[in-house]
Amino acid sequence: MAVFGLARRETFKVNWWLTALMCVLSLTVLIPLYFAVVTALKTPDELSGSGFGLPADPRWANFAEAWDLTNFPRAALNSALITVGAVVLTLVTNSMVAYAISRNMHRRRFKILFFYFVSALFVPFPIIMLPVVKQTSLLFMDNQVGLIFLYVVYGLALNVFIYVGYLNSIPRELEEAAMTEGASVWTTFWRIIFPLLAPINATVGILTCLWAWNDFLLPLVVLSSPSAQTLPLVQYVFQGQFSTNYTLAFASYLMALAPMVLVYLVAQRWVISGVMRGSVK
Amino acid sequence: MQRTNRTFYWMVVPAFVLFFVFHTIPVLQGVFYSFTDYAGYGDWSFIGFENYANIFADERIRDSYLFTFQFALLSTVLVNIIALAIAVGLNARIKFRTTLRGIFFLPNVMAILVVGYIFNYLFSYTVPYLGQKLGSATFSTSILANEDLAWLAIVLFAVWNATAFAVILYLAGLQTIPTELYEAASIDGAGSWRKFRQITFPLIAAFFTINMVLSLKNFLNVFDHIIPLTNGGPGTATESISLVIYRGGFQGGDFAYQTANAVVFFIVIVAFSLFQLRILMRREVQA
Repeated sequence: MAVFGLARRETFKVNWWLTALMCVLSLTVLIPLYFAVVTALKTPDELSGSGFGLPADPRWANFAEAWDLTNFPRAALNSALITVGAVVLTLVTNSMVAYAISRNMHRRRFKILFFYFVSALFVPFPIIMLPVVKQTSLLFMDNQVGLIFLYVVYGLALNVFIYVGYLNSIPRELEEAAMTEGASVWTTFWRIIFPLLAPINATVGILTCLWAWNDFLLPLVVLSSPSAQTLPLVQYVFQGQFSTNYTLAFASYLMALAPMVLVYLVAQRWVISGVMRGSVK
Repeated sequence: MQRTNRTFYWMVVPAFVLFFVFHTIPVLQGVFYSFTDYAGYGDWSFIGFENYANIFADERIRDSYLFTFQFALLSTVLVNIIALAIAVGLNARIKFRTTLRGIFFLPNVMAILVVGYIFNYLFSYTVPYLGQKLGSATFSTSILANEDLAWLAIVLFAVWNATAFAVILYLAGLQTIPTELYEAASIDGAGSWRKFRQITFPLIAAFFTINMVLSLKNFLNVFDHIIPLTNGGPGTATESISLVIYRGGFQGGDFAYQTANAVVFFIVIVAFSLFQLRILMRREVQA
């Protein structure tokens, strides 16, 4: 392997034209973000023209004002609570369900259950949207806890599919050995299988995290109290107040985007390899 | 063969019950209400297929289907062409590969709604400013306010956003191809385009299928992109099916009528996905 790597490096000639082209293409991603940052630091008078110029004197007060106006800490806390709750519960429950299914696939009931969960991938959200909203308000689930619950349950469709694919590739000898030594199914799963699932747990965790944190439609229809609103929802609710004050609005948008972008910048390699692993399975 | 251990049942039964209660029952309820005149509150009675008959005569709903399909088809094609090209570029012998890969994935970690507001400003002020400078009549006013062009702004934003995820899926596919294949092809004197046509594309056909189906399904559900850009306007020119269901169901008192619309939408999506899978799978086998 090492020899192969070395041999490859020798023939590795950098294609500079292509590198330049890819750098230029990456500007399509970066320019809107640059634009958002400079706009958030301007005064309303500086907005005329193309909007790409730098502000004469960065106005950091925009962030402080947007922070107070949208009650940023409350929305950020709601988003964090819902995301962490959804990720932790999803990892613990969905992996367990997938384990039971993958080890009993030869039985009809479990096989049907597998297809039952996975077929939900084809059901568009609008068809359940109206009844679910009635149901959640009836069951007092029109709050953060109810939302966590829905993410965990709806996640089953995709996650069972991903987990079962991975579980099928784990050799059974380990668990068989544990069970002949008297370990129960329960202990075998938590002590032996769950730790082995670490790479695919990362994948499911990342996908769930991005989904719960950035979701708009489900919080929009489910949450009834303004005090429960998440970060994206708050941007929507405050459009009226922002309508004339773009600099303030952009400061607010950036603060809403920042937490996940910062996490991503730190864990970039890990996030991307996690998503890739999910797609190869 | 031994009996299934009881514990396995304990592991799946709660999940099954919850999924049934929060997913299957709402689906059945939706189908049930679609045959009534329920407004979301108060009394209701059965009215048979009246909702369905009305849907096919409803111009606003017909326009929303036209818009949604136009939008979804164009976006799906563009996303897959662009993402595949970027993925091939990232997989080639370039510098800063990890950094560039990181940048291209960035849109995927940001909320569509929030970035949409940023794009709204770009389309409303920056693009017209540049349009005036260049003397273009079409682009000197906001295209979001232009009934004929607003949908293209949504396509542009959706493609910008969705390319991020598609690039990563294609990269994952490209990395499953052994480099020896390309080396052998080079020795045989194959050019870049021939290598792509005869090695790369056939070997990632499965990823192409998945990406096409996933993108189309996501785009047909479009909602988050439209709210910040046009909010369905101008007029109702960019109302998607999801948006019509949401508005009619929650704000218009058309609960039962919109559940019927959702049932039609569901059937259309399933039919489309199966059709698409069949066509693409046949391609894969041939390739």
